[in-house]
Amino acid sequence: MAPKGLDYELLNENVKKVQYAVRGELYLRASELQKEGKKIIFTNVGNPHALGQKPLTFPRQVVALCQAPFLLDDPNVGLMFPADAIARAKHYLSLTSGGLGAYSDSRGIPGVRKEVADFLLRRDGYPSDPELIFLTDGASKGVMQILSTIIRGPSDGILVPVPQYPLYSAAISLFGGTLVPYYLEETANWGLDVNDLRNAVSQAKSKGITVKAMVIINPGNPTGQCLSEANLSEILRFCYQEGLVLLGDEVYQQNIYQDERPFISSKKVLMDMGPPYSKEVQLVSFHTVSKGYWGECGQRGGYFEMTNIPSKTVDEIYKVASISLSPNVPAQIFMGLMVNPLKPGDISYEQFIRESKGVLESLRRRARIMTDGFNSCRNVVCNFTEGAMYSFPQIRLPPKAIEAAKSAGKVADVFYCLKLLEATGISTVPGSGFGQKEGVFHLRTTILPAEEDMPAIMESFKKFNDEFMEQYEDHKGYSRM
Amino acid sequence: MRRSVIGGAKRSSLFLLNQAHRSLHHHLGSSPSSSATALLLLLRRLSSSSASSPPPPNMSNPVTVQSINPKVLQCEYAVRGEIVNLAQRLQEELKANPGSLPFDEILYCNIGNPQSLGQLPITFFREVLALCDHPTILDKAETQGLFSADSIERAWQILDQIPGRATGAYSHSQGIKGLRDTIAAGIEARDGFPANPNDIFLTDGASPAVHMMMQLLISSEKDGILCPIPQYPLYSASIALHGGSLIPYYLDEETGWGLEVSELKKQLEEARSKGISVRALVVINPGNPTGQVLAEENQRDIVEFCKKEGLVLLADEVYQENIYVPEKKFHSFKKVARSMGYGDNDLCLVSFQSVSKGYHGECGKRGGYMEITGFSPEVREQIYKVASVNLCSNISGQILASLVMSPPKVGDESYESYSAEKDGILESLARRAKTLEDAFNSLEGITCNKAEGAMYLFPRIRLPEKAIKAAEAAKTAPDLFYCRHLLNATGVVVVPGSGFGQVPGTWHFRCTILPQEDKIPAIVSRLTDFHKSFMDEYRD
Repeated sequence: MAPKGLDYELLNENVKKVQYAVRGELYLRASELQKEGKKIIFTNVGNPHALGQKPLTFPRQVVALCQAPFLLDDPNVGLMFPADAIARAKHYLSLTSGGLGAYSDSRGIPGVRKEVADFLLRRDGYPSDPELIFLTDGASKGVMQILSTIIRGPSDGILVPVPQYPLYSAAISLFGGTLVPYYLEETANWGLDVNDLRNAVSQAKSKGITVKAMVIINPGNPTGQCLSEANLSEILRFCYQEGLVLLGDEVYQQNIYQDERPFISSKKVLMDMGPPYSKEVQLVSFHTVSKGYWGECGQRGGYFEMTNIPSKTVDEIYKVASISLSPNVPAQIFMGLMVNPLKPGDISYEQFIRESKGVLESLRRRARIMTDGFNSCRNVVCNFTEGAMYSFPQIRLPPKAIEAAKSAGKVADVFYCLKLLEATGISTVPGSGFGQKEGVFHLRTTILPAEEDMPAIMESFKKFNDEFMEQYEDHKGYSRM
Repeated sequence: MRRSVIGGAKRSSLFLLNQAHRSLHHHLGSSPSSSATALLLLLRRLSSSSASSPPPPNMSNPVTVQSINPKVLQCEYAVRGEIVNLAQRLQEELKANPGSLPFDEILYCNIGNPQSLGQLPITFFREVLALCDHPTILDKAETQGLFSADSIERAWQILDQIPGRATGAYSHSQGIKGLRDTIAAGIEARDGFPANPNDIFLTDGASPAVHMMMQLLISSEKDGILCPIPQYPLYSASIALHGGSLIPYYLDEETGWGLEVSELKKQLEEARSKGISVRALVVINPGNPTGQVLAEENQRDIVEFCKKEGLVLLADEVYQENIYVPEKKFHSFKKVARSMGYGDNDLCLVSFQSVSKGYHGECGKRGGYMEITGFSPEVREQIYKVASVNLCSNISGQILASLVMSPPKVGDESYESYSAEKDGILESLARRAKTLEDAFNSLEGITCNKAEGAMYLFPRIRLPEKAIKAAEAAKTAPDLFYCRHLLNATGVVVVPGSGFGQVPGTWHFRCTILPQEDKIPAIVSRLTDFHKSFMDEYRD
């Protein structure tokens, strides 16, 4: 038979190279088991509402009213919706050009972008230009757009932390670029050393690769570490020296579980540094409604802000955005509500604060429960989850286990995670999906299961792990990695 | 936000090529016939072959137009291009100085965005969406008074298909299974042939699905995609972005924008003789910007052609509910293929649908899907993998797609009001299509094919030599020249035909049929007056 257009052999090779473990082998196996009736605890993706976290009430009220504006005309609407939700719905509808059903400006509704700019001014103390803020269908789309603009071909390198959230590696593969890794140091709380960055860049150069951008994820994913102001200054200075655009993934900025290092944005640090840095270093910062204490993953709402990007480049980015016409309007309203929240005195304020605090305080507790739980297990060492939504314990697999994995044709941590899944129903993502040092194994789980379920989950994990280690260890004790 | 031309001397041939490429689109001093897409193809091929030696980046400014992905520079999207930027400036002018212009509002007829021009959403759909957004109210007594019973029922049904009723959670990367079941059932009801929910990928509008397919199909400029000329420029832009080659096939204006398989064959063979591997055929039915609805026999020939030549058939069917002539009906390509006895082993077919068009016009929701049939499990895995990187499409859009494919039925409480809303919109669209078609045909030098479907008219304008010369002097393409004058005189925004492609030496513009019916007479009279004075000025 003649070759057909979508034959596997003819597919874009870049597509074949893409890996995205978050919804890869473990997840697919977990889904299969779930279909067979096994109870699965999905901790493979940062998806709070899927694990019982409730949406905040106020934004849902506002968006429901925007969906069905005829409600606003009904005299009984006040019985069902508080006055501030009604007012806010009218406010957002007035910012649209025809309600939720009309394409907005390709960069997003101007009024909402203004609200984002106001938020950034309040957060950082520096003015933001709404024209340089683009709303997107989730932060991921924004990341993809920026990377596809930067990457011309395989000789363009992007510095990416290892471990990283595999959107970055997947996008770089898709666009035919080269990922240049810089390793985070587990023993130093996942810290980064600027010398490592320098080495990575010069090594890349010697291979004919021009490094064009550097990704930082702050707070980190999967690692959770929060960068200090000193870290950020160092990184920005490095980007200045090397002429790199800094891509600041800051989607977890609301998820901070320690007080020593509160969130500080790359933009603020850059501006604080003053000229020449503040005027020269190119920065793109990403945020979302999917994380934080909102957890509205299913809305697909995000934005990126560009700093020191030449206007002609901004024009090109706008042009590409215009091809997809506009980001989805309901999510833009969620974004507006997130950056322009209720104030003391608003009718719904108390409830909003109570709900928000409830989520954040519980996340903080769960971060601690999980870290401690992992650290109590044999051959498991776990850095504290300072921020974000994940725990990334190191599993010190005995040589016999690694052998067994090899015989089973599996990567060692995949082998471990599959066994964990089958024994306990806990669906994690093996560390190899995020990158790790050679011979060092991890898994990523989220801290999102309900607080009341946590003790049982950690117990179940410990039982499996300790039995696994018993099974595969020599009697001399665990081997050191 | 102006799209500026890269001016000045540049260091590498890449930039001279980019500049020439851009001038092709902006018609800077070149002859009108240089809009030939063949020349575009050549430029694209030349520029991508020199992309292997880009100029060294400026050390302190890594992301400049000199150093960004040249495919980004190459792609164009006229629907929101130059003319719209001008319109926005005029709009600001009107706001700042009311009465300063010969019109008191800008009418955006450049984009298929019905609800921005006053079309109302379908009440039942919005009821269900509101309830799904805020399910807490489903338990309240007052809800019964505010929402129809069947919308409440449907919301419960949908929520039960969502794990934990969590509409804020990422779903399965292909979309919520229960919603795909509903859509598959809707496809079956429409076509009379079964659909598999596992063949369906819900996406943020049809456009991302098109991008996904282009990504899969295109590895280099040696991969060609057959596209109609004129076409909706998502296709040309997407192909450029992914570094492929657009292989044009011309629709025949004389025969109501007919699609001849002989033309397909000719273009295919020519491309192959140049070493291009032609991977797919894009068919937009009903057409955009051309509005023609394919006859079933025509569709059979197209299916046969794709099967024989091993091409993936990319069927853009987003306007399937927009048909305005009684003698034509929508037949999905899936139905046509199946009724010819062709199954998964015979043809690779991807069908695109959207919530943005039809009678529902929910553009801002970004809802849509592609149904993929006829490809191997290995390929399906790759598609799933790419979809999974973005996790999932927005849930509200997914729900809406299921509503569009499974609206209220006879006997449902909302059926009558739903029907009335739907018929009202479609009948009005049909009237507006006719009125505007007649209006364009009455203008000197303008002929306009009937809009059998979709949302656009694509009149052809025979510009006098004097106008063409004036355009050249203004370093503007003649059709853009006309459209700018039209905008400045009437406030009506249309898109020059070169944004869609046209036979070299012919000029068109695309105008939507979407302004509300009560505005149409004023538009017609303004257009008529403008055109008369334009022709008075430029008549040879």
